[in-house]
Amino acid sequence: MIPASFDYERASSLDEALNMLAAGGEDARPLAGGHSLLPLMRLRLARPSLLVDIGGLDELRGVHADGDSVVIGALTTHHEVAGASELTGGSGLLAKVAEGIGDPQVRHRGTLGGSVAHADPASDLPAALLALDAEVTLAGRGGTRSVAAADFFVGPFMSAAADGEIVTGVRVPTREGWGSAYRKFQRRAQDWAIVGVAAVVNWTESGIAGAAIGLTNMGGTPLRAPGVEAALAGTSEKAQILAAASKVSELETPPADENASSEYRVHLAQVLIARAVAEAAGCPGMQPG
Amino acid sequence: MKRISMTVNGVRHEADVEPRTLLVHFIREQLELTGTNVGCDTSSCGACTILMNGQSVKSCTVLAVQADGADVATVEGLASNGDWHPVQKAFHENHGLQCGFCTPGMMMAAVGYLDENPAPTEDEVRLALEGNLCRCTGYHNIVKAVLAAADDMGS
Repeated sequence: MIPASFDYERASSLDEALNMLAAGGEDARPLAGGHSLLPLMRLRLARPSLLVDIGGLDELRGVHADGDSVVIGALTTHHEVAGASELTGGSGLLAKVAEGIGDPQVRHRGTLGGSVAHADPASDLPAALLALDAEVTLAGRGGTRSVAAADFFVGPFMSAAADGEIVTGVRVPTREGWGSAYRKFQRRAQDWAIVGVAAVVNWTESGIAGAAIGLTNMGGTPLRAPGVEAALAGTSEKAQILAAASKVSELETPPADENASSEYRVHLAQVLIARAVAEAAGCPGMQPG
Repeated sequence: MKRISMTVNGVRHEADVEPRTLLVHFIREQLELTGTNVGCDTSSCGACTILMNGQSVKSCTVLAVQADGADVATVEGLASNGDWHPVQKAFHENHGLQCGFCTPGMMMAAVGYLDENPAPTEDEVRLALEGNLCRCTGYHNIVKAVLAAADDMGS
């Protein structure tokens, strides 16, 4: 399958890319690794009139520690994120998530920024960014801005990025001392997650002092589970964590599709939350059976 | 049409391509290097795996224009001066193929991975080849072949 015809320009600077996108109008799209956009174009589900290739903009590539946060450029590949030593503490969640995206070939080409901009409710990184209270940075012809991950994902394949804006990267609080885990359930190895759970946990001698939970494919956007997070505070035993995880049923009913009914999604979420929290806490005695 | 140039198996090529030309089609139809197969056509099966700047990629999900300036290696470039690459030799000796359709992609994924990790465990090899599907399900000998190639290349 071959995409419908389109024009193609390769940008040599961010400003040039923004100007090319503006000149291309509302059907112009930026292209990074192309591992979300090109499959859609080949199925003719996306038909951009112009692709502005930003793949050569090295200024948008790389992982840098910056005080108590980590900044990741949009063009950093999943392979690079998976191996980034800067991602310590809770932010290490992103490396764990990136390591499980697609397969090695996909991780060599697919980029963090592309995955974020694509805003697929079934993709793994958005829930992780949400759990980490990350900010998405955007550049437009009018300047740059930051949007909290909680405000960035607004619907299936819809984000707060305006026409002509480019996702330039994310800023993630490092959360030193916190543990993390990502658990997803798939029918086959490289399928999209039927449900995914991102957990970051502050485990202390007296149990869980803080927890953040991000959910993949439990709604039209990645979701936080505030009821679960509140109930996890102070817990230190497997039964308590399972009970806290059951609060996921308080969220709006998740979608049903050919892979799972709504009820099954809630069940999966509860089990995966308990497993992810136990793993993130690093407490072997809490591992559910 | 866009003018592109890339090095494929050490040979520099220049050509005009439509922007929508996929890299695998450019390699197969314009360069006539048909060792790289198109399998699933949906970035799942890995039959079209090549190395782009040393990393394994699925050439059905890369535009030829995106590879402008890149250094590309396909299965045709593995042997040198009539001598098989250790990965080719190991696939032959360990019967790492049945119908052979996935083999070029398997070998390119293996070559890329062994460059990154020259002494992998069996589990690591299985994980490294997760993006390559063998519909004959001949995985066992493929993994054996990659491990044998690693031994050969390390000794």
